[in-house]
Amino acid sequence: MTDTPRVATLTSAERTRLIHSGLRRRHLSEQVFKGLGLAAIILALGFVALLFADVLRKGVPAFVQSNLHLAVTYDPAIIAVEPAPIREAGQSDADFRAVSLKWQRDVALLNWNKVVEASLRAAAPVGFEIDSKQILTTAETDARHRIRELFVADPTLLGKTVEVEVLASANAANWIKGNIDRSLPDTQQQLSAPARALIDQFTANGTISSGFAWSILGNVDSRAAPAAAGLAGAFVGSLFMMLIVVVLAVPIGVASAIYLEEFAPKSRLTDFIEVNINNLAAVPSIVFGLLGAAVFINYFHLPLSAPIVGGLVLTLMTLPTIIIATRGALLGVSPALRQAALGMGASKTQMVFHHVLPVTLPSILTATILGVAHALGETAPLLLIGMKAFVASVPATPFDQATALPVQIYLWQGNENRNFFEPRTAAAIMVLLALMITLNGFAIYLRSRLEKRA
Amino acid sequence: MKFVLTVSALALVAALGTGTAFAQGRDTIQIAGSSTVLPFASIVAEEFGAAFPEYKTPVVGSGGTGGGLKQFCEGVGENTIDIANASRPIKDSEREACTAAGVTDIREIQFGYDGIVFASSATGPDFALTPAQVYLAIAAQVPVDGALVANPYTKWSEIDASLPDQAISLAIPGANHGTREVFQLEVVDAGAEAVGLPDALTAEEKTAALTTFRQDVVVEISGDYTETLARLSSNPDTVGVFGLSFYEQNKDTLKVATVNGVVPSADAVASGEYPVSRPLFFYVKGQHLGVIPGIEDYVAFFLSEGISGAGGTLEAAGLIPQPADKTAEIMAAFEAGAM
Repeated sequence: MTDTPRVATLTSAERTRLIHSGLRRRHLSEQVFKGLGLAAIILALGFVALLFADVLRKGVPAFVQSNLHLAVTYDPAIIAVEPAPIREAGQSDADFRAVSLKWQRDVALLNWNKVVEASLRAAAPVGFEIDSKQILTTAETDARHRIRELFVADPTLLGKTVEVEVLASANAANWIKGNIDRSLPDTQQQLSAPARALIDQFTANGTISSGFAWSILGNVDSRAAPAAAGLAGAFVGSLFMMLIVVVLAVPIGVASAIYLEEFAPKSRLTDFIEVNINNLAAVPSIVFGLLGAAVFINYFHLPLSAPIVGGLVLTLMTLPTIIIATRGALLGVSPALRQAALGMGASKTQMVFHHVLPVTLPSILTATILGVAHALGETAPLLLIGMKAFVASVPATPFDQATALPVQIYLWQGNENRNFFEPRTAAAIMVLLALMITLNGFAIYLRSRLEKRA
Repeated sequence: MKFVLTVSALALVAALGTGTAFAQGRDTIQIAGSSTVLPFASIVAEEFGAAFPEYKTPVVGSGGTGGGLKQFCEGVGENTIDIANASRPIKDSEREACTAAGVTDIREIQFGYDGIVFASSATGPDFALTPAQVYLAIAAQVPVDGALVANPYTKWSEIDASLPDQAISLAIPGANHGTREVFQLEVVDAGAEAVGLPDALTAEEKTAALTTFRQDVVVEISGDYTETLARLSSNPDTVGVFGLSFYEQNKDTLKVATVNGVVPSADAVASGEYPVSRPLFFYVKGQHLGVIPGIEDYVAFFLSEGISGAGGTLEAAGLIPQPADKTAEIMAAFEAGAM
């Protein structure tokens, strides 16, 4: 603008030239800014693509497992155990339970490795020389439990031969998939030379086949049998925590937001509360973990490593997010709506619950789902409340010990059977990411659907 | 919207009620502690759950020997752990902390041995170490002509011509690990003795000379062995301290060093020929026996021949079994309730 008087005194040719040069400069700076923005987006997307490519490349092979097809003979010479107890007339429930538990324990203490070894030898080529210890390294150690469980479920199997599919050991899977360098000398291999040769034979004759790794989804974590380690326990643990977060954080968060926004008098106290809620949202999650350990475990004596404590800690963490999002949504509602409702004689409560809240529902739902998705991926506070323990069972209630999906990733990452667990870790990351994307997608779908309706 | 109100009211009641709802009692054994013992204890826990249908599978946490014993000594009750895994014996200070918190019945169970090995990248040169050489590599001050001087060595070959011409870099376990204690005792202290500290030192100066390491070449790892392994892959010159069982699982990337000319192996450790080994323990809270179901059976199962004995499940996982009569003695002491 300051140029205008000067421009006015110039000839028309000079003026045009001046305007053009200014234009060029402005266009150039716009081009530079656009270029930088585009570069930033490409860089960010590039990193995301790199991350996904790396995780996919490492993780996809873990979704393939090696199965061993064995013809298992329940040899009475090895399975020297009394017949399974049959309930006698007049026997009480407790007595029968005691007798059958004792029988189950007798069965468990038998040397089932001999049964596994015999069936492996039956599958091996005739005359293949390998010692007992080495041949057992080809099958996963849970094979004997699988075979035993079949027998406990059906004691009439004694003396019969049945087809059973068990997992090949983690080291065998490494060998088959090439996770371990095949050219390494014997001293650097985890499996002995005869065991490796046998695995190759098994692969060639179809005793070992590959299939989708249902174990990773359906099994609980395992250290004794790495190939059987799965995410089921961690998944249910995470599910319980998410339920607790939804059941606690949503009503409390929405109620506090409504009170603060619609009912509370504006005073220094409410200002103070508002500032603190904003601060709470910025508190690092590990602090909530310390708080959880101090309050819920040491003071309220809730159990260690239980989803109930994890859920409560994550609730505290998610609350500020939901309160802030809900208040924002309430602020966005036009005052005309409120005045109209009040003008028609509605009470304040009726105005809020009948008119204001339904309008804000899409935003609240979206915030909730995003908050829950964030809580699902949270690890740090869980480590502090003992949720990084090794748990080999699916929790039946939120009070049972459990791990969570992100913690399971952390635990697998530190497993000493590195060649096997690196792909497993990546696979677990894929499962977690898939859940997150599903939740976020659901949030977007809900918002667009509800907004259309509103 | 009445629904929202009802749900929130119910949720609040539930939240407040949880404190009292947990009066039913815990029926799962809780274990925590040493990351060296963790794989063994986890395997036993799984097998225990499979063999004893009446008990739940015990839950095994890590946190290092120090961390585990700290949790163990927090007190008696269902929200404290029942068993602490340890790769060194409990210290007097820890015992005092336990007693102060009311944990007075601590039963020590020794169940086998583990070797501590020095390992380097499989692609690097071979190492044949002695404790004296390791001491000279890591101590902040080393004795030269009867006086302590700042450590002058930058390469292994400067310490001894037989060692590789490679920059000194070591990853040792942090103070929260029991392995550190054994490393201090069997390697650093033994090495200093072999080298010979100046006589003029006071007791305090001597301790400082033995425990002060060079910050520039020594990295203390407080996490698991995988962290040490990661350190080795980022700097291939690093020599790391590992448990023998961990090394055996990662032979494809690691090369083990001999100590005093002995190649570490289960046999060499069991015979006492390999110098750097330590017994492994777990500590049972006597006051929880009979309160948390299954602890006695867990201990008996752990010490049984098929699990921790020669040829047992844990030997396959890298544990070095102890003689059967020693195990019998420990089991008898546990049952008698002796400390």
